[in-house]
Amino acid sequence: MVSPNTPETPGDAAAPSAAPRSIHDVVIRLAGNSQDGIQSVGGFLARLAGRSDQDVMTYMTIPSTISGGPSIFQVRMGTGDILSSGDRADILVAFYQHSYDAHISSLRPGGVLLYDSDHVTPVEGDNRFTQIAVPITSGTVEAVGGAGKDKGKNIYILGLIARVFDLDVQKLAALIKERFGGKNEDIVRNAMLAFDAGYAWPQNNLHDLFYRFEAIDLATRASGRPQVTMDGNQALAYGLLAAGVRHGAGYPITPWSSIMETLRTELPKYGGLFVQCEDEIAAISTAIGFSYTGHLAITGSSGPGLSLKMEALGWATMAEMPLIVVNVQRGGPSTGMPTNVEQSDLLQAIYGSHGDTPRVVLSPKNVEDCFYIAMEACRIARTYSTPVIILSDMALASRIEAFDEPDFPKLMVDPKADLSDRGADFKPYPLDAITRHAPPGSKIGSGKYPTVTGLEHDELGHPTGSSKLHTQMTAKRREKIKKLGASLPAPELNGDAAGDVLLVTWGSTWGPALEALKRINTAGVTGGHLHLRHIHPLPDGLEDIFNRYRKIVVAEINDEGLYGFGQLAMMLRARYANPAIVSVTKTDGLTFKISEIVAGVARQLQSAHLDATLSVAQPSALAKK
Amino acid sequence: MSSPTLFSPPTPAITTAVPLTKKILTADHPTWCPGCGDFAVLASFYRVLEKLQYPHEKIVTFAGIGCSSRFPYFVNTHGGHYIHGRALPFAAGISLGNDDLHVFVFGGDGDGFSIGGNHLVHTARKNVNLTYVIMDNSVYGLTKKQTSPTSPIGFKTKTDPTGAIDQPINPMRTLLNTGATFVARSHATQVNHMVEMMTRAAKHPGFSVVEILSECVEFYAGAFDSSIPRKGGTWSLIQEKKHDGTPEDADRHDVTDEVAAFKLAGQAWPGSFGVFYENNVRKTKNVLEAELVTKARERTKNATDLQLLQATFAKMR
Repeated sequence: MVSPNTPETPGDAAAPSAAPRSIHDVVIRLAGNSQDGIQSVGGFLARLAGRSDQDVMTYMTIPSTISGGPSIFQVRMGTGDILSSGDRADILVAFYQHSYDAHISSLRPGGVLLYDSDHVTPVEGDNRFTQIAVPITSGTVEAVGGAGKDKGKNIYILGLIARVFDLDVQKLAALIKERFGGKNEDIVRNAMLAFDAGYAWPQNNLHDLFYRFEAIDLATRASGRPQVTMDGNQALAYGLLAAGVRHGAGYPITPWSSIMETLRTELPKYGGLFVQCEDEIAAISTAIGFSYTGHLAITGSSGPGLSLKMEALGWATMAEMPLIVVNVQRGGPSTGMPTNVEQSDLLQAIYGSHGDTPRVVLSPKNVEDCFYIAMEACRIARTYSTPVIILSDMALASRIEAFDEPDFPKLMVDPKADLSDRGADFKPYPLDAITRHAPPGSKIGSGKYPTVTGLEHDELGHPTGSSKLHTQMTAKRREKIKKLGASLPAPELNGDAAGDVLLVTWGSTWGPALEALKRINTAGVTGGHLHLRHIHPLPDGLEDIFNRYRKIVVAEINDEGLYGFGQLAMMLRARYANPAIVSVTKTDGLTFKISEIVAGVARQLQSAHLDATLSVAQPSALAKK
Repeated sequence: MSSPTLFSPPTPAITTAVPLTKKILTADHPTWCPGCGDFAVLASFYRVLEKLQYPHEKIVTFAGIGCSSRFPYFVNTHGGHYIHGRALPFAAGISLGNDDLHVFVFGGDGDGFSIGGNHLVHTARKNVNLTYVIMDNSVYGLTKKQTSPTSPIGFKTKTDPTGAIDQPINPMRTLLNTGATFVARSHATQVNHMVEMMTRAAKHPGFSVVEILSECVEFYAGAFDSSIPRKGGTWSLIQEKKHDGTPEDADRHDVTDEVAAFKLAGQAWPGSFGVFYENNVRKTKNVLEAELVTKARERTKNATDLQLLQATFAKMR
């Protein structure tokens, strides 16, 4: 029983005729309009998966207009590692004719179309899919009552999905109550009425669609900590909090804004503050000002905002001030495609300022890694007294994943500023050591107080025009970053340790590349996958790894440029001068599909065999046997 | 951090209490041209610090780019030299990062009214607790004579060889409009007046700004002669209300009267000098942010950082 108002007892009256079929994972695409609450259905499914120790990954498009318009939410949930949100869907829920028209091509052969029979007329006799007409709108109106309002049809469809996949109804009901509980009691009751109506949709109409996810091997969840579900921007913000960041400044821009919103809300609880500034330049300046007082601070933005911050970022390199700069990449250049994904800010991040400014650039590989990369960035910024840029992207920012709760007692970093007295020999810019600034408030034994400056300077921070000092100080700033490079762990290498091809990726391309590697290996091509989280400086030892493969294929979401290479590929070619390094790029504003990476590798290897595997359409796991 | 007053980290115990003197406060020798008005501003600032006797390590001197922005190199305090026009948001970070500090920002008319104009408006309206001294010479000196935002119409520069044609900024009107809570004007030939204005600005809780006319002898000699009595000019001092009930007090300037301040700002060149406006009622951003922290900490029942993060993640299961 789901609610006291349940009109019938779905568990009994409409009991499934057969035992559920076991499946590994499923991709569900909900297509409707942005006001239909399909995001919240996705959110419920994602959180349920997290609570059930299943893996989950979501993908959503946000309309670039302010309100209304078509919107989708895709959720892939299942057992074991879910690495991408899935190339194509197993189930398409179409709320409107335009949803059907635009997304039917995303359904795998043998997949299931659930359409609102009140709004959608599918192509008749299309036997590629199982077509199921559901009166979503009228069913919801009938269940909830009232003046013909169809509010709640998202929850109706959630009920139907819960039925089809034998989901834990108790847990879902709890999630619905948590979500709507703060509101009017009627809202919870109406939501449960819609849910129950969807759940009780007569079984015989469902063509025996009845599945259950494979059992979890709990040994693979050895952390002993429960799973949490959140998006990448949240994970990044909380990573900064765990790393002891208590100060920040920013200016709103999509898709960075939700990080600053989270920090503005959370930081006061931790005794910190986040300042909304008048512009991007003021934001980075205020953040560097915080860092100068001994509190490692964060600023952030998306592409255009990072460009505006560049002069100040150059100052932070010159003055050797620690700082975290988050750049949630979107489609560029200029205003570009604000709600699409692209990895086209890499060279800007590494080389964007005037002058010689050795930079640290990191990039998270998935939502969970947004948390850990934030902590890593803070460690590096403090240890090397340097700005660190985190390159996230729109895909990571907006999708929800489940991951093990971090081991907070072990990870927490004390945010206290070091205002202790400095000795008489204190120098802000020693040539023989890494800079450790004395924040204002700390007494200097010599009585000579330091100046932090963007002018070339001597060891005490006095301006200098000396060619010798400029050479020495440039080397000082460069050598500490090289030292960091030498200290970095070997990057993640998956698959064969040598062979025909090495896939190289950075950022959110990690998951699709890993899945692509499986398909490449399955097709009999030997190969591995190398993923870079530390992009600048690069970790040691890549040269030897590259030498073990016939082709090194760098897959990234940016343009091939004038010379035929994406941004990371260009850097790797410049660094290793290895002609085996080639590029697979794209600029459609979407994350990589597995098939696109496999096709790119096939093209680069000129492998007819791989090509052939691509032409075989992958049927849906739901296809009738 | 679990303490509710987090903007003020614990102060290290003061072991020595040597009074601050000009000798202690002097750092590098100024790079300014002989005769530059900025020397007098620097000398006055030493006197201000001698008067105020803040703990040495808690004074911060900061600047952007320009001749006057070299200031921090010549003052032996914690300090820095930032990029052009952006010293104010940086200094806001210093002030809000450690409320215990005494933050002074120095700059010129280009830094403050041109490239940094937007920052001036917003740092002022937020009432960040710091003191900003604008040394206005009405010309770009460091780059050798280009038109500045306060250059008068007709002034010949390398970028306006036939004379400036654009309406200059009225600094006092601009500053009053920003919402700054302390606005004063002084003159580099009037050391005692500068010391008084800067001292009052330093003591003011909130964003205090003093514009000082400071002549560039190299590129705009004689710019401010009309307010120098020994050069035939008029030194017109603002007479502030004493609230003594005398009939002459009625004609004196009420510094809390914004409308009266705007009237003063509209006077014909060279105008008056002194405190135009002072508002001690509006809360500083430092106070407002600290109040947010206090309220947020109360709501969390003073939970530790670890407890807070764990509770947040528990909600995301």
